[in-house]
Amino acid sequence: MFATVLFYLFAGVAIGGALGVVLAKSPVASLLMMVVSLGSVAGTFVLMEAHFLAAVQVIVYAGAIMVLFMFVIMLLNLGHDYEQDVKMGAFAVVSFAVVGVMAGMLATRFGGLEGDGPAAGAIAIDAALAEHGAVGAIGQTLFTDYVVPFEITGILLLVAIVGALALAKRNVA
Amino acid sequence: MITEGLILSAILFVIGTFGVLIRRNAIIMFLCIELQLNAVNVAFVALSRSVGIDGQIFVFFVMTVAAAEAAVGLAIIISIFRHYETVNVDNFNLLKW
Repeated sequence: MFATVLFYLFAGVAIGGALGVVLAKSPVASLLMMVVSLGSVAGTFVLMEAHFLAAVQVIVYAGAIMVLFMFVIMLLNLGHDYEQDVKMGAFAVVSFAVVGVMAGMLATRFGGLEGDGPAAGAIAIDAALAEHGAVGAIGQTLFTDYVVPFEITGILLLVAIVGALALAKRNVA
Repeated sequence: MITEGLILSAILFVIGTFGVLIRRNAIIMFLCIELQLNAVNVAFVALSRSVGIDGQIFVFFVMTVAAAEAAVGLAIIISIFRHYETVNVDNFNLLKW
């Protein structure tokens, strides 16, 4: 029961933060709301037995990636003197309609996934957590069943580094 | 917990989509895309309660792709800003017809 209350609390803060990202005028405020949202989502991860991912979410997402965004905002000097950038009028109405349709389509997909008692996956995850610990449970699967995708991920990151450097480099020639 | 997780995921994804549609600041649009990726992560974690640990592995890969995408995307924003002195996407109309 306590976990359910906590889940709703984290979910509420995550949704509030997400709304803040969309509605805040200043990019810096948007970014800080994003950190709030990501942190709360990490809280929900803990409640859904994904402890390692919660830590990674805070360290990599809320830490590294958001700091990268903050660096760019500061570098481009966008923190103040912003221009009003929200689309209004007919476009906003169409956006509302699109988003409404999307929400309706997603809403029809809920339910029927949860029977009585704990789900099969939850039992398997609890067993893996008890046997290997939070990091070991992920690592065991990651380095056996998913080792090829894992290596390809390494190549992807290398390509991203080279690409980012090539794009952001000042053109000397 | 699965249904609640999926509902949270859907709400976050819809908010992110709305942000991408309504905002014209390239950095905030980008943040909203991250929000959508994060919403998908919530769905993966929620469904891992149903299918097992594989769902969590997918979140790991999504996070890696998000990091790579953020690095390249921000580099593109920087190089566009150098050229146009703005990050408002309404001004980037070279490919518009």
